[in-house]
Amino acid sequence: MEIKLWINDKLIIDNVEPDTPMLEYLRDKGCYSIKRGCETSNCGLCTVWLEGKPILSCTLPLMRADGKHITTLEGLRKEAAEFGEFLADEGAEQCGFCNPGFIMNVLAMERDIENPSDDDIKEYLSGNLCRCTGYTGQFRAVKKYIAYKRGVKADE
Amino acid sequence: MSESKAINKPIRKKDAMTLVTGKPVYCDDLAPKDCLIIKLLRSPHPHALIDDINTSIAEKVPGIEAIYTYKDVPNNRFTNAGQTYPEASPYDRLILEKRVRYVGDPVAIVAGENEKAVDKALKLIKVKYEVLEPVLDFRQAKDNEILVHPEDNWKSLCPVGADNKRNLCAHEVSENGDLEKAFSQCDAIVEETYHTQANQQAMMETFRAYATKDVYNRLTIVSATQVTFHVRRIVATALGIPKTDVRVIKPRIGGGFGAKQTAVMEVYPAFVTYMTGKNSKLVYTREETQTASSPRHEMEIKLKIGATKDGIIKAIDMYTLSNTGAYGEHGPTTVGLSGHKAIALYSRADAYRFVYDVVYTNIMAAGAYRGYGAPQGIFAVESAIDELAHKLDIDPARFREMNITKEGDVMPAYYGETANSCALDRCLDRVKEMIDWDNKYPARDMGNGKIRSVGMALALQGSCISNLDVGSVALKVNDDGFYSLMIGASDMGTGCDTILAQMAADCMCCDVDNIVVQGVDTDTSPYDSGSYASSTTYITGMAVVKTCAALTEKIKKYGALLMGCDEKDVDFNGKEVYRISNDEKISLKDIANSSMCNSSNALYASEGHASPVSPPPFMAGAVEIEIDTETGKVELIDYKAVVDCGTVINPNLARVQTEGGIGQGIGMALYEDINYNDNGGTRSNSFMQYKIPTRQDICPVEVDFESSYEPTGPFGAKSIGEIVINTPPPAIANAVYNAVGVRIRELPITSEKVYRGIKDED
Repeated sequence: MEIKLWINDKLIIDNVEPDTPMLEYLRDKGCYSIKRGCETSNCGLCTVWLEGKPILSCTLPLMRADGKHITTLEGLRKEAAEFGEFLADEGAEQCGFCNPGFIMNVLAMERDIENPSDDDIKEYLSGNLCRCTGYTGQFRAVKKYIAYKRGVKADE
Repeated sequence: MSESKAINKPIRKKDAMTLVTGKPVYCDDLAPKDCLIIKLLRSPHPHALIDDINTSIAEKVPGIEAIYTYKDVPNNRFTNAGQTYPEASPYDRLILEKRVRYVGDPVAIVAGENEKAVDKALKLIKVKYEVLEPVLDFRQAKDNEILVHPEDNWKSLCPVGADNKRNLCAHEVSENGDLEKAFSQCDAIVEETYHTQANQQAMMETFRAYATKDVYNRLTIVSATQVTFHVRRIVATALGIPKTDVRVIKPRIGGGFGAKQTAVMEVYPAFVTYMTGKNSKLVYTREETQTASSPRHEMEIKLKIGATKDGIIKAIDMYTLSNTGAYGEHGPTTVGLSGHKAIALYSRADAYRFVYDVVYTNIMAAGAYRGYGAPQGIFAVESAIDELAHKLDIDPARFREMNITKEGDVMPAYYGETANSCALDRCLDRVKEMIDWDNKYPARDMGNGKIRSVGMALALQGSCISNLDVGSVALKVNDDGFYSLMIGASDMGTGCDTILAQMAADCMCCDVDNIVVQGVDTDTSPYDSGSYASSTTYITGMAVVKTCAALTEKIKKYGALLMGCDEKDVDFNGKEVYRISNDEKISLKDIANSSMCNSSNALYASEGHASPVSPPPFMAGAVEIEIDTETGKVELIDYKAVVDCGTVINPNLARVQTEGGIGQGIGMALYEDINYNDNGGTRSNSFMQYKIPTRQDICPVEVDFESSYEPTGPFGAKSIGEIVINTPPPAIANAVYNAVGVRIRELPITSEKVYRGIKDED
C-alpha cells in the first residue's frame, strides 16, 4: 500500500505491507532511538509523537500515520539534550534504554500541562517503565526541568 | 598526590548525553542490516524426548537459510553460567538436545532472511514428542525417581556436592561452634519456614546478540552481556571450536541485574554464523525473556534462631532448599549467599549451622539476579529476628543493636573474614532517626480503617568473589598527555566506566575528561571476569589504582631520561615531571609527544587485581506503610535507607543504585512472582502477567550514606550494586506484622495474604 507521511518533518512516500508495525518501520528508517521492550503495550519504550501527541509505536499499524506527522527523539535532539542534562546530573539516565520513550513523554507533558503536580507527573509518565532507577532520580530530574522551563518562560 | 578532584564527586556518566539523546549504541542498533533473523522453536512440554523432528517442509519456505535440530549440534556439554573457569555450575547443556527439560526449552533453531519467513517455517516444523512425567515440585525433586539429567556425559567440574542421579545440583554443610549447647542456653527460639519466589530481572533491553565473521574470518559476537570474556569461553566450548576463533564485543547494554551474567542465548547466533558464514542475530521477545531466561532461584528456608531472655542471640541454624530449574546456572553458588551473608549479620552468636540442597526441576533454569541468594536468606533472617524480638518483647531495632556485627568482629559464617570496615551500627542509628522510629514504632491507627506502621531490616553483601574474581585495566599515554583507560568490566548502565575513570583521574592527578575509556572487546580489553558479584568498584577499581601507579613510574622514568637526570630525583604532579633537587621540569605534554618520536619507551601499563577477602558493604532500610484493614492493601508511605559502601566514589551513581535496588526489592516484596500452570508452563509471560513497579507504585525513597573506610579497597571503597535490593522484603513484612499482627513468611506480600491473615486473626 502507498503511504505518505512525515518523519521528523521529512516527507516520505513509500509502499509498505498493510500490517507493517510503526515501530519496526521507524527503526528501518534510521530512528534507532525507538526501542521495543515488550509486546503488550506495557513499557513505553517505543513512545513517539503522532501529530504531536505521544503514542505507542509498537501496537499502531504504520498505515494509521498516513498523511500525518511522526516525531521521534531524533527530531527533538536539542530538547532531549536540554532535559537530558537534568537526567544526567542525577545519574538517572543509567542504562539509557528506556530514556528515549521516557523523554518523549516528558517533553509532551511539559507542553501539555502548565504546572504539573507531583501526582500529575507520576500519572502522565506511569506508562514509562524503568528498571534501573526506581524512578526516584528520574522524578527529581523532571521536577528540576519543569521548574527550569517555567523559569525560562517567565523570563521571556 | 594532590587533593581528590574526582573521588566522591557527583560526576556525570561519560556516556550520559549519548544515551539521553537516543544514539544508536545498543546491540540491535548496531547489527548489520543483512543479518539472518533467528528464532527458536520451543518445547510445549516440561519433560519429553523428541521422537521425531521433520524440518523438510519448513526448509522449503522461501527465505529460509537453515534449520538446525539436536542432530546438527556438537555433543559438548557446557554451562551458560558466566563464571570463572572451572565453573561451579555443572556442564549440563547442549545447544539443542533430544531431551527437553522445561516448557520453552529450545527444540530447533530457524534462520532466515526475514521475520515472516522464519515465523512461517516455525509453524511447519513437525515434532513428535515422547512426553515424560516432569518434576515440578522442588520439594519432591531430591532423590526423585524421575531424573532431570540422567545423561552420562553430565559433569560437575568443581566439588560442590552435585549428583545428577539424585537431581542434586549442589549440597553443602558448614558450621561453627557448638550448636546444640548454644540452643540449650536460649530462652526463646523462633523456628519457621520462609519461602521466596522466583523473580525476573526485567531489564528493559531483552536478551540479544548478533554474530558476524570479522576481517580475519573469526566468529565475532556482539552481545548485551555482563560477562564478555566468559561468553568467549562458553561459545567456544559449546561449538567445540578453538577460543582463538571467537571474539566477543559488548556495546552499551540496556540493563542486566545479573540476567546477562548468563549467556542465555549467545550460542544460537554464534552457531548459525559458524555454520552459514553469514551474519545473524537473535533478539528475544519479552515473552521469551520472561519464560526462557535466568530468573532468581526460588528458595525455601527453614530457620531456627535462639536468644537468651536478655536479648542475646546465641545460635542460628539454617537449611536452604534452592530450585535451580532445568539447568544448573549459578545453582551451586547463589545458594551459599542465603546463609553466608544473612547469618553474618549476627556474627556474635556462639554457633551457627548452614546446610543447603540445590535441586533440578522441570521449570525454566534459574540464574543470577542482583543479590544472588542473599535477598532470599536475608528475608528469612530479618523476618525471624523481628519474630524473636517480639517473643522477647524487645524493640526489634534495639534487639538488632544488641546483636549485629560490629567493626573488628570475626564473621564465622562469612568465610571467617573480619569486618575491617563496618558502619552497620551507624547505618541502623541513622535510619531510625530518618524514619522517626522511636515515635512511629510499632503502629498507629489512622481512624479510617487504616493503620500506619514501620518496619526495618538490615543487609550485608560481598564486594567480590574472594580468591577468584580478576579485574585488570590498561592505561596508556596519548598525544599531548591524555590517557586511554581500557576496561574489561561491563558497564551495564551502572556507570562503572565513569567511576573507574574517576579513580584513574585522581591517581594521575588530572581531570576526568583527560581519561577516555573504552570497553569491552575480548581482543583488545584487558581481562576482567565481568560485572557481577558487586566486584567492579572493589576489584577492577584496585586494578586501576595499581595500573596508575605503574604508569606513573614509567612517566617519571621517561621524564628523567629526557631531562638527563636520575629517576630517583624526580616526581610527577599530573602536569609535569620535575626534579626534586632544582626547578627543572618537563611537561606531560612534552613527555607524551616525545614518546611518539624516536622513542623506545611505551608509556603503557596494565595491572591486575584479585582479593583474598570480600569486605561486605552493610545497609539498614526502614519503611513506613499504611494497611487498609478492609482490603489488606499495603501502601508504601516512605522508604529510608542508609548504606555503608565504604568510600562513595560517585554519590549520584551510588544513590541511583540504591534507589533502583530498593525499587526492585519493593517489586519482589509486593507482587513480582513467576508462577507456573499445572503443565509447568510460565504464566508470568509478559508485563501484563508479571507486574514490575511503575512510578506510581514507588513511595518517596531517601538515601543516605554512613561510610566506613575499607583498607583493602580503592580509596577505601567497597561495593554498592547488589546490597541495595535486600531490605524491602523483610522490612515490609515486618511492618505488616507491626500494623496488623499478620506474619507473611511467603513472598510476595499480596493484599490477599494480608487480608486473609487479618481475617484469621479476628
